Amino acid sequence: MSGIFNVSRREFLKTGALVGGGLILGAHIDWAGAAEEGAQKSYSVEPNSFVHIAPDNTVTIIVNHSEMGQGVYTSLPMLVNEELEADWKKIRFESAPVAAVYNHTAFGMQMTGGSTSVWSEYDRLREVGAAARQMLIAAAAAAWKVDKKTCRAQKGKVVHTSGRFFTYGQLAEKAAALPVPKDLKLKKASAFKLIGRPTARLDSPEKVNGAAKFGLDVFLPGMLIAVVARPLVFGGKVKSLDAEKTKAIRGVKDVVQVPSGVAVLATDFWQAKAGRDALGIEWEEGPTAALSTPGMKEQYAKLSKTPGKIAKKAGDVQKGLVSAAKAISAEYHVPYLAHATMEPLNCTVDLRPDSCEIWVGTQFQTVDRNAAAEIAGLKPEQVKIHTMFLGGGFGRRANPASDFVSEAVHVAKAAKTPVKVIWTREDDTKGGYYRPFWYDGISAGLDKTGKPVAWSHTIVGQSIVAGTFFEKVLVKNGIDNTSVEGAADIPYAIPNILVDLHTTSIGVPVLWWRSVGHSHTAFVVESFLDELAHAAKKDPFEFRKGLLTKHPRHLGVLTLAAEKAGWSRPLPKGRGRGIAVHESFGTYVAEVAEVSVNTEGKLRVHRVVCAVDCGQTVNPETITAQMESAIVFGLSAALHGAITIKNGMVEQGNFDDYPILRLDEMPKVEVHIVKSRKKPGGIGEPAVPPIAPAVANALFSVAGIRLRELPMKPEAVLAVLKRS
Amino acid sequence: MITLEINDKQHSVDVPADVPLLWVIREHLRLTGTKFGCGKGLCGSCTVHVDGKAERSCQIPAAEAQGKKITTIEAVGSTRSGAAVQKAWVAEDVPQCGYCQSGQIMQAAALLAANPKPTDAQIDDNLSGNLCRCGTYQRIRKAVHRASGEMKKGGKP
Ligand code: FES
Ligand code: FES
Repeated sequence: MSGIFNVSRREFLKTGALVGGGLILGAHIDWAGAAEEGAQKSYSVEPNSFVHIAPDNTVTIIVNHSEMGQGVYTSLPMLVNEELEADWKKIRFESAPVAAVYNHTAFGMQMTGGSTSVWSEYDRLREVGAAARQMLIAAAAAAWKVDKKTCRAQKGKVVHTSGRFFTYGQLAEKAAALPVPKDLKLKKASAFKLIGRPTARLDSPEKVNGAAKFGLDVFLPGMLIAVVARPLVFGGKVKSLDAEKTKAIRGVKDVVQVPSGVAVLATDFWQAKAGRDALGIEWEEGPTAALSTPGMKEQYAKLSKTPGKIAKKAGDVQKGLVSAAKAISAEYHVPYLAHATMEPLNCTVDLRPDSCEIWVGTQFQTVDRNAAAEIAGLKPEQVKIHTMFLGGGFGRRANPASDFVSEAVHVAKAAKTPVKVIWTREDDTKGGYYRPFWYDGISAGLDKTGKPVAWSHTIVGQSIVAGTFFEKVLVKNGIDNTSVEGAADIPYAIPNILVDLHTTSIGVPVLWWRSVGHSHTAFVVESFLDELAHAAKKDPFEFRKGLLTKHPRHLGVLTLAAEKAGWSRPLPKGRGRGIAVHESFGTYVAEVAEVSVNTEGKLRVHRVVCAVDCGQTVNPETITAQMESAIVFGLSAALHGAITIKNGMVEQGNFDDYPILRLDEMPKVEVHIVKSRKKPGGIGEPAVPPIAPAVANALFSVAGIRLRELPMKPEAVLAVLKRS
Repeated sequence: MITLEINDKQHSVDVPADVPLLWVIREHLRLTGTKFGCGKGLCGSCTVHVDGKAERSCQIPAAEAQGKKITTIEAVGSTRSGAAVQKAWVAEDVPQCGYCQSGQIMQAAALLAANPKPTDAQIDDNLSGNLCRCGTYQRIRKAVHRASGEMKKGGKP
């Protein structure tokens, strides 16, 4: 059933003339999940359109997901155009405003995250395209007074069997006066021309000449720049403020207190920053000041030895362990991680008595708009958000607490001026909302033949959704699903399984970080499984294979990766291979890493072979790019990343002490995509989880060193070497 | 008043002498293609050409840039290596979020202007100060080689 309606016609009927002209198709608000918020709301000007065909033949696709590198400004237009059959060269994109119709079809709010953009729009956008095509054909058939069946759509034209044709631009006005057809016919997958074909990104040209506009690139007339002093200890409050020195700095215009700290407003960034740095602030630090990483680790380690809340239980794990021929156990740990998006956080706000306009790179439009409305004392519909290009998101720009948007609205409100709040790199790194710090206790038993018979996994860490409005949906029976995903649902055939969870409460703000819980659980599960394989004296690939017979898609990528990597072929001396497989966000990924280690303990990853099964592909070009991207992101964490805390303060600030992978460390990455007609899965995140364990397993295979903590720093490698 | 020659035009700006060139370019000249990533010379997002050499504009006080020829991403396409690099970047679909790419392109264009046929090791060596959080490195390597090939086809460097 189509939820699509003709925006241009409604406008036409109401005003008698069409602004801009052409055919504009929207979708009804009652699209799955979008109902509750906008049900009674009526729209004035085309806020709900998805496609606009103009008389000059340009086709604008209004994209309701944020472009943060993952390629949605190309893949989502591809979905529309598969059915629309416009000339791909005439396709433009535009970011959607905030409106209920643009809500995520599964989550009921406008947002980008969870590697869901393509699958969640897979039906709706194809239907929009099909509706437009059928209307254009109907308009042409009517003009020629011929049967619609004698007309077909082709590259932006409707062509009659006689050879006559109209361009879409010529038909747009006429089509706009027609009703949306009820009987939308979507192509069979076997007839796809665009979906599944590698397609160059539409946003590349403006990203190579400096024209692409990110949040940081917005300038408003009369706007000031603000830099905010935030407490270095999370939860700290301003006790006293001396702004005298700050106010003496040339260009500084105002100093205002906001809930998150003290904002200095100036004509330029440099002066605002100098002003911020010159503030004399005494902070009330609060309980988090007692927090330090080593103490936390100790506390977590203790907890990991006690039973937690049960997330998964099958069979009798105690019995299984006792009866096992061989039992092994280990402890794993991963640190807090910052997202470190290349574009530091920023937000521009123009607050007026009856409106609020926001320019920002965000993944969370509805949440940010509502937060802004509340602070401004406006109705949500009085708040307008312009979604700019995001200089990276990775989850940081999807904050239920709306931190960087709320703060900017507070600053605009207090200073009564249009303002752009800029975070320095240090502000961004120290600003919290990290991937949680995790500690895991894990044990397993093998029978005489080396088959695992029991698996017991205790997880300790903070809940990402506790205290947010997601808690209701994502926490069940006291278990935050994002804490145990990838651990409570392991695919391996083990009869007795227990996975339990201790949810800690620590004053460090945490958030989803590319691949969320999987970023931690895959490291633990896939490393420990490797330990079991070696304990059973089995080949790690064959060992996994034997336990995955009921999981063909895991098996498929595992086998493909092994085969392409030449798993059974010997490697040059000094190199080792490691393998890992993991499902997340509906996509299956296996990776084989080739690794060497030098005498200083430094790891070098030479080659990564990646096999991915994400069901029906839409743009294989961006799938490959996202695999490469996620592997680099995961390698940065595996080799370098750690946010540590001392006396409640984050110790890292910039890329010198929070390094990310560099070009000279980049392995050769080979991506192989499984052909499939299954439902599309996610792409942005699923290649992150397997890389850390693949590298750790490779290190073990080449040097006999098992690292159970990330990052795998040279010091850690040397420490293990010395111990053994 | 500080006078700067940027993209072949003279600009006079009234800023304190210690303001980094980056912020003058972005906030006063509104050439926003040059990006702020770290402010400490650690990421390369802010790379511009100063007398043809790739430099970190966040590390150059505006006053010190006087009397020098500065080129930004907005104008690099009018140089031979710059145009070749931009074209190769599109052909290899390098950009993801795109935020680091101005800096990558400026760095690569300066490299190719000085060394039209760099080896893998020279590329790694020259571009390793330009960070990309989206991990486009493999494509960057390929695109530099492609641009190098394009330049060779075009005759003298
Ligand atoms: S902003 Fe200049 S090097 Fe990072
Ligand atoms: S493309 Fe996003 S940081 Fe390089």
